[in-house]
Amino acid sequence: MSINALVPMPVVLPLLGVGLTLVFSRRPRAQRIVTISVLTAVVAIAAILLVASDRKGPQVVWIGGWEQLGISLVADRLASLMLLVSAVVTLLVLLYSLGQGMTGDEREAPLSIYHPTFLVLVAGVSGAFLAGDLFNLFVSFEMLLFASYVLLTLGGTGTRIRAGTIYVVVNMLSSSLFLISLAAVYAAVGTLNLAQIAERVPDLSEGTAMVLHLLLLVTFAIKAAVFPLSFWLPDSYPTAPAPVTAVFAGLLTKVGVYAILRIQTLLFPGHEVGDLLLWAALLTMVVGILGAVAQSDIKRMLSFTLVSHIGYMVFGIGLATEAGISGAIFYVAHHITIQTALFLVVGLIELRAGSTALLRLGGLARLSPLLALLFFVPAMNLAGIPPMSGFLGKVGLLQAGLDVGSPLAITLVVGGVVTSLLTLYAIAKTWALAFWRSPEQAHEMARQLPSLQDDLDDAQRAAGIVVHRDHVHVAGAAFDSRDLEEARRVIDDETPDRDLHQLLRDGALPKRMPASMVLPTTALITVSLLLTLVAGPLFALTDRAAADLIDRTPYLSAVLGDSS
Amino acid sequence: MNANLTLIVVASTLIGTGVYLILERSLTRVLVGLVMMGNGVNLLFMIASGPAGTAPIVGAGSGRMADPLPQALVLTAIVITLGTVAFLLAMAHRSWQLNEHDDVQDDVEDAAIRRLADLDEASDSHDLSLSATEADAATDEVYEEEGSS
Repeated sequence: MSINALVPMPVVLPLLGVGLTLVFSRRPRAQRIVTISVLTAVVAIAAILLVASDRKGPQVVWIGGWEQLGISLVADRLASLMLLVSAVVTLLVLLYSLGQGMTGDEREAPLSIYHPTFLVLVAGVSGAFLAGDLFNLFVSFEMLLFASYVLLTLGGTGTRIRAGTIYVVVNMLSSSLFLISLAAVYAAVGTLNLAQIAERVPDLSEGTAMVLHLLLLVTFAIKAAVFPLSFWLPDSYPTAPAPVTAVFAGLLTKVGVYAILRIQTLLFPGHEVGDLLLWAALLTMVVGILGAVAQSDIKRMLSFTLVSHIGYMVFGIGLATEAGISGAIFYVAHHITIQTALFLVVGLIELRAGSTALLRLGGLARLSPLLALLFFVPAMNLAGIPPMSGFLGKVGLLQAGLDVGSPLAITLVVGGVVTSLLTLYAIAKTWALAFWRSPEQAHEMARQLPSLQDDLDDAQRAAGIVVHRDHVHVAGAAFDSRDLEEARRVIDDETPDRDLHQLLRDGALPKRMPASMVLPTTALITVSLLLTLVAGPLFALTDRAAADLIDRTPYLSAVLGDSS
Repeated sequence: MNANLTLIVVASTLIGTGVYLILERSLTRVLVGLVMMGNGVNLLFMIASGPAGTAPIVGAGSGRMADPLPQALVLTAIVITLGTVAFLLAMAHRSWQLNEHDDVQDDVEDAAIRRLADLDEASDSHDLSLSATEADAATDEVYEEEGSS
């Protein structure tokens, strides 16, 4: 059996697992065993594929043996690396969600469909990385999106339906756009196989190629949440259960980034949209992080940093140099682990302290030093504090930008540094409010928050509270009327809403976090720190992957074989 | 390549109507819009497949064969649209159960920004830093301005 027989496995195994878990829908134990073994197998296969594609070049398999006609799956260095990172992350998130006991905070959440849906998501993500033709890419996208619709609306509560509606409609629109671009590509070049399109694009007229390119780019920019097409993300992600948000944040947008990287390097190399991508990257970074700074809820804050940091990857892709693309690939690997880890930690915070709203939190550092450490390490990594992988990834990208040296690239370098600093600011603000002050202080502050109509009294002024433009500002954080309403409810002892201080007083919180949730989180954070340790070899690998992508010959000759 | 004008007109009408309906508030109308748009997009594949012909079975007929690939693609697309539409219908129903209507509701951020825009139009962050450092007079002034606008 040759290595390339393994290529379809990351898609096939999860789909088989879906069938098995559906059969076992009344036996949770059997479901768990199936899911865990499938995901472990995918990790192992992805590791083998990475080694194989690194040593022997891209591994290609034509499904059904229809060479040059049928469906091709390709595992080159880039695809296998993405596959490995995503497999590790999904395995750890699954273990975490098992530890949570239920898939969400609702007790009646339908557990029996969680495992099959999660596996469909994994199959879709793997399929998107491996797809050798545009239509398969579309089908994989639909698979992962469909799973994500179900996971996002688990339990069908009011907020999830509200957020889910926007998410589903936006994604259906982008799918329609994808189909329109597929029809256009097929009409223009008569094939949907990526390698064959790449061969035939030079025969097209400049205008046609540009239209096809932009159509595909807009489609994937919606999936990847590149500004100005990122509006849907910060609203929909925070409502889902923690492990679901974590896996969405880690993987779904990165699949979009991967697709952009593919079409930029393989299909339309050297086209004129590089500058456009750089502008989009700059706006994504800056607008995203400004959104994060304004948030008063940790989940929403992290959703905005997610959008913002997509900008770094698009920056690398837009530069279109070997160093830029290598940096972008490294940053994708880093960001998948780190963003997922942070959302898992937020899930722990929600469990331990009953909320993720900054207004209600305080003193988590004393309450649970372990939790504080678990938040602090990945948060600093996200902000890019040396010597962690976030720092190395950003340095790689900024260096690539300086190498290019055009005014726009330099602007982006500056924008990248500013974004990194603002990320640190957003995180420091969260840290100060949620971890540093005591729960009593937090409660006092909520009590003191004026309503927007009242005049301030001296005590409030002394506490540094300012009312401004429909917001109340305290210690660098702004709370709008929605937050204030929440504060009213919290301090009113009649309502069932409680902040951390009251919950502690009533003893309504679990005393400790379940080890089965802490361990996967710790493991994921360790993986992200390991990325720092192996940064040398990893950068060497991403350099080789980037060289392959720019050269194109390895991919093309592997897929097209002797006919090219 | 010669394209079929009827197909183009029908496809663009369907997509245009679909887009118009998607901009509606009610989820049911959005749904109808998405279905129309999906059908329009499927017709685009028929345009891409070129002129019509006999069934693409080797040896079954004489003359020009139709291109089978776009038909396979359209079949897949139809199945996917069907699944998504079923899911959206369920969501519309759930939304109706919860809220007694199925209107697409405002994005949280959107609502916050609109409230802010109602309040005033110009940025005055300078006043904010001023009022944070200086106590009584300045703060009161700013605050009263805010209240009256």
